[in-house]
Order: sequence, then structure tokens, then C-alpha cells
Amino acid sequence: MVLIDENTKVLVQGITGRQGRFHTGAMLNYGTKIVAGVTPGKKGESVRGVPVYNSVDEAMREREADASIIFVPAKHAMNAVMEAIEFSLNPIVVITEGIPVHDTMKFVEKAREKGINIIGPNTPGIISPERCKIGIMPSRVFKKGSVAILSRSGTLTYEIAYNLSSNGLGQSLCVGIGGDPVIGTDFVDLLPLFEEDEETNAIVLIGEIGGDAEERASDFIKKMKKPVVAYIAGISAPPGKKMGHAGAIIERGGDAKSKQRALQEAGVRVATTPSEISNILRGIVGTDGRKLE
Amino acid sequence: MRLYEYQGKELVRAHGIPVPEGYLVTSPEEAERVAELLGEVALKAQVLSGGRGKAGGVLFASSPKEARKRAEELFSKKVHGYRVEKLLVEKKLRIEKEIYIGIIVDRSTRKPAIIVSPKGGVDIESVPPEYLKVRHLSPNRGLSDARDLTSFLGMSGEEWIIEKLYEIFTKYDMQLLEINPLIYDGNSYIAADVRAIVDDNALFRQNFEINYEEMNERERMARERGIAYVELDGDIGIIGNGAGLVMATMDLVYLRGGKPADFCDLGGGADRERVKEAIKIVLQHPSLKKLLINILGGITRCDEVALGILEASPNVPTVIRMMGTKEEEGREILEKAGIKVEKTLEEAVESVVKWS
Repeated sequence: MVLIDENTKVLVQGITGRQGRFHTGAMLNYGTKIVAGVTPGKKGESVRGVPVYNSVDEAMREREADASIIFVPAKHAMNAVMEAIEFSLNPIVVITEGIPVHDTMKFVEKAREKGINIIGPNTPGIISPERCKIGIMPSRVFKKGSVAILSRSGTLTYEIAYNLSSNGLGQSLCVGIGGDPVIGTDFVDLLPLFEEDEETNAIVLIGEIGGDAEERASDFIKKMKKPVVAYIAGISAPPGKKMGHAGAIIERGGDAKSKQRALQEAGVRVATTPSEISNILRGIVGTDGRKLE
Repeated sequence: MRLYEYQGKELVRAHGIPVPEGYLVTSPEEAERVAELLGEVALKAQVLSGGRGKAGGVLFASSPKEARKRAEELFSKKVHGYRVEKLLVEKKLRIEKEIYIGIIVDRSTRKPAIIVSPKGGVDIESVPPEYLKVRHLSPNRGLSDARDLTSFLGMSGEEWIIEKLYEIFTKYDMQLLEINPLIYDGNSYIAADVRAIVDDNALFRQNFEINYEEMNERERMARERGIAYVELDGDIGIIGNGAGLVMATMDLVYLRGGKPADFCDLGGGADRERVKEAIKIVLQHPSLKKLLINILGGITRCDEVALGILEASPNVPTVIRMMGTKEEEGREILEKAGIKVEKTLEEAVESVVKWS
């Protein structure tokens, strides 16, 4: 098991907001064990049968939770994450977009000092197909299997997961690491877990322009035994242009070509299109024969 | 958001760090009068980009007449594509030492980093590593002792300058604060140039006026509507949801021989109104010939997107690919109106590139 499994008990912070409500329903439908929700001032309410508390402290007095997912608006997100850290919830999946980077640096440092995995911010979350979803991704594109996906992107991950699932390549775990410049858990933090994981036979790494997460991952991949296949978005992006993600500022990191080169030198097979990933994987690990309808 | 040099200097001066005596001017006549007051001056174009000196954005004058002439030159030119609307006219400094101090958010260590060099006044990338010192800080505990940095810089006893700069960096939610150079004039330390970038995500709790980087009408419209739009020089308009997906769509168009006209990211959960507005903006690109819309529905609903497309009714060949939430409904809405919907990204890109 990496990070989560079918027994992971989840707390939802920001459960009474529009997004919190909707995705609590979607996660419950997927089979995720949601034990409580938190929204200050909303104690006594319930969302889809999940009891709501005023604080993590209150919730933890009455319920037992392992992990947290955070939908709290950016202004208040740091306090919410700090509360979850205080109660050693792990992992803490931070869906919220637009958190000030100084706030993120603070809660990420606290979490790492305690050995807690923050996933995100600005992440679609994490899914162990057919077992547990702590996130906002559309469930139906994922299928249980033995390929792990680690990605800096949201919808592009759905695209690639759908393509893999349609080609009989199910997934052991998919982690959106988040699109912000500072994130809690990076490729290099996760790769060792998948190298050890018995359920994972191959790893797909989805990167994009900006920063040096892919370059740092390459250094670790050199020492890995399991095959890694990568795709990097932004090959056609002109230098110096900001393409949406705060993290994808090209002038502060390698361009797509130099990332591809670094990964290739580490022995990674780099796909030039999203659909090529499944072709490469089929040659390496074979399919599990079950295709997504 | 970048700050203008004069804004950065106001902050630095307000925290007790000296800056050169100078005035902000908007005409050559004003520049002349300032030079009458200050004597030898530096005239610095106020633009939101780095590398200004190399681009000819800083000129010197030894008389008021010359200051006027140099100001005329600067007002009539563009620096990195920016029109020059304001000049900072400053008294020329006596230089004994030039020092570099930069503080950044270092994404790979997830901490603020202070970078210093006793060889300031030049591109910091060109300074040999033995003249650079980098110190990472705890974002929770801050800077407790700067003595190792000041002694490296040969300015022991002046720790307060670095402490103040770190205070400004955190107080104003900066991603970058750079003093290059910090000049020693034989008497005191003076911040001769200040570059600062404030975190866009923190503008809600800061009091800055918004500085718009140089952008055209379409980019401005998109920004006002919260749509991420970057203009490129091709002819195939690209719209999608999610930065990674839009980039991957652009990349595939490019690999198949097409030329993307833009990057346009609707973000998450776009409704029909937002889709309509994005299409209208993209269609205004002067060389636009075709349009490709790629939607992966999660929190975004394909039926809403389809309705937005119909309302915008694009007047160029348009290829749609949609998948996910309410896909069937979206497809039905579009196909009833005679618009074909492709199943895969590959098919959609193939179809838009070949369409002529």
C-alpha cells in the first residue's frame, strides 16, 4: 500500500462549501470511507450523512480519521492545513487553488518536520482505483491495475489515465502532485515508495515546463529498477510565456526539451504524445487484459 | 505581479534602507528640472521587465540639457516591448563597492533562499560560484542571524539591512526581492536598484495597485474575465480546460504540422457564459483560421460547454473533442446543430490540422 487503501478513513475540511459537498458525495459513491467533515460554525449539520464539526479537534474527539482532504478557500487554507498537521492526519490532500506561496511554505515545512505527506496544493488529489479516492477526479477513467501515475497536471492526467485504462493498463495509484510552484510532495519523494510497492510494475511520470522537478526526479530514476515512462507538456510553448499554472513559468526552470533529455539520460522512455504512453507500456509490462468499456 | 523599480524603492526606503535621491518624471521638461536640482543624474526607464540596462533603458546625463535629450530618447523607445511612460531620475552615486542581495522563493527546497555576492552590479548568473553565498531559511522561524552573510560581503555590523529586506520579503508576500546593486559610497549603503515580484495569490491581502504587464486588447479582456490566455503566432485557436491539457493539445497540433494561435485555459468548472466569452476572445486573433476545443469533463460539464459553443457560434471551421461529465448530452446538443464531435484527442487534432 502506498499512502492510501480501502481502509483509509478520511476527514473532509471545508465540507459544506459547494465543492466540498459535491465531492464528498462523489467520494462516498466511489467507496471512500469518509468519517467526518469540518466547517467552523456548522457543527450539527450533516452532508450526505457525514457529521459536520466546528474544528478538527472536535471531530477527532468523536471520530477516528487517518487522512484529510481540504476544500477550504485559499484565504483560510493555511490554518486548516495546520490543524490537520496538529492531529497527524496523513496524507493531507490540499485541493484548494490560489494559496499564497508564503503560506504554503509554512505548512509544508511543518508537515515535513512531522513526516506527513501533503499532496498539493492545487491538486486533483489521489486515487487508488476501485478502492479509495481522496480527490476530485472523474472516477470512471481509472481502472485497477499495476501502473502508477505521478502527475503535475489535472485534466491531462484524466486524459492519460483514460487512454491507459482503455488499453488494458490499469493503475495501482494515481497522484496529482499539484500545479503550484511550492508543493508538499514531489516526484522524488514518491518514486522511492513506488519502487518498493509490490502492486506497481511501472511508473508514468507526467511533467510540464517550469521548475526542475523532472530533472531532480531523473537523478533518482537512474538508481531505480522499475521502468519509468514520461510525458512532458509544453514542447510548443514559447520561452518566457506563462501558461496558466503558477508553476509553469518557463524562465525559472528547464524547457520541455531539456526535461526530456534529462529523463532520457536516466533511462526513461519519453513519449511524445499522450497516447504513445500506452504503446510504450504495453511493450514493457504487457496489459492485464481487462479493458475499460 | 512585478513592481516598478520606484515602487520597490518606496518600500525599501519606508523600512529605513537608503535609496538614491531622485524623482519620478513623465516628461523631458521635468527630467531637465530634476537635473538642475541634482546635478549629474541617471535616467531609468520604469518598465516591468528585467535586463533593462542591456536594452538601453538606463542613460546618464551630466547637464540639465543633456538630461532633457536623454529623457526624450527614452520616452520615444520601447524597452522589451514596453512603452516608457515614467522615468526615475536619480542623483548619480559615488561607488566604492557594489553588492548583490536577492531573496527568492526556492521551489525545489520549498523555502526562502537568500543569495548574496560581493560582486554586485552585474548579472548574478555570470558571477563565479566562489563569490556567491546561498542561505536557505525556515519559513516558520525566519532569519535569526545574518552575520555569516554580512561577513562574506565585507559589511559586518550591517546585518540590519538583510534583516529588513527579509522582513519586506515576507510582509509583502514577495516571490522575489532583489537589490542589485547595493552600493557603498564610502559613507553608507544605498539600494541603487530594486526588483520585486509579489505573489499574485496574495494580492487579496496586500494593498498594491495592479500593474498590468504589456498586453493587447484580447489578453486584457481574458485577464479581466479570469481566463488564462496567451497569444501565439499561429492560426489554429486552442481552447481547453486545465493548463497541462491545453499545453498537450497545443503540442500535438504542433507535432502534426499545425500552428497554435493561442493557449486558452478555461480553468475548472466553466459554465456556458465563460465558454462563450473565451471563444469570442480567441476568434478575434487576426490570423485565426480554425478552432479546436478540447474538454475533459470533471467539474466542467460537457453540456454547458456545448451550449456555450452554440451561443458563440464560431465563424471558422471548428473541431470539438469532449469527454467526461455529461458527455452524451453535450455531444447531442452539438450534433443536432450539425457540429461534429471527435472521440479522441488524436482524431480531433488530425481533423483540425487537415481541414482546409
